[in-house]
Amino acid sequence: MTVNSEFAGRSYAPSGPYAVDAAMIAAFARAVGATDPLHTDADAARAAGYRDVIAPPTMAVRFAQRCSAEYVRDPEAGIDYSRVVHGEEGFVHHRPITAGDELTGTLTVDAIRQAGGHSMITTRCELVDAEGSPVCTETSTIVVRGGE
Amino acid sequence: MARAFDTVTVGEQLGPVTLPVTRTTLVAYADASLDQNPIHQDEEFATSVGLPDVIAHGMWTMGATGTVVSDWAGDTGRVVAYSTRFTKPVVVPRDGAEIVVTGVVTSVDEQARRATVELTTTAAGEKVLGRCVAVVRLD
Repeated sequence: MTVNSEFAGRSYAPSGPYAVDAAMIAAFARAVGATDPLHTDADAARAAGYRDVIAPPTMAVRFAQRCSAEYVRDPEAGIDYSRVVHGEEGFVHHRPITAGDELTGTLTVDAIRQAGGHSMITTRCELVDAEGSPVCTETSTIVVRGGE
Repeated sequence: MARAFDTVTVGEQLGPVTLPVTRTTLVAYADASLDQNPIHQDEEFATSVGLPDVIAHGMWTMGATGTVVSDWAGDTGRVVAYSTRFTKPVVVPRDGAEIVVTGVVTSVDEQARRATVELTTTAAGEKVLGRCVAVVRLD
């Protein structure tokens, strides 16, 4: 199976909406050991100027990976997921993900590069809220290890 | 409350902070993130694909490392950018493991009232993240 470089530059139809709730945020915060009360205490979050409890910065990946599923699972894309390792990850937050959000994500395949027998695929997921305002720009690079 | 810009100086150190990770942690992370890859939970599966043992999700390591900068910021919503490379896995044997996180303020932007923090995370004495950088918006 070979990674299909013709997918570079391709954008997908928006994925979602994905509802964000307080329990989801609390569980994610607990799992990464985040103890900031802004994840669990709505009064504290409102006092800090947020509408409700906010997610840890890396929780956007939960939604971004659902957005990228259509691409990585497409047989035409040629991605053998058993050979995939996560190479890089990045987030630019336009505002924190907040309980009550309805997020929609648009995936773009930014680049597909070959190096040393491996393929490096960089995707970008633009997460927006129900009003269409930007929430988070997520970028991810996966490495598909070449066959031996 | 968010940290005040005027109190932050280039060279300021964060940590070291030691954070434990067990297989229970990884099951909780798998459920919270929807990443149920068995290499993060199942020792037999992990070793069958050539790994030394169960390994932590790279995104768990990034998330746990991020708590150090969130705590320093005083408001997790002030972490406006955060990125890393995954250079080595964190191996999580049956009795658990730990990561050690340190950080340093590498630059400040007075106009935007932002600070850039570079983070270093090690497990068993080896660096597991590369170019791990957070940008924090301060008061």
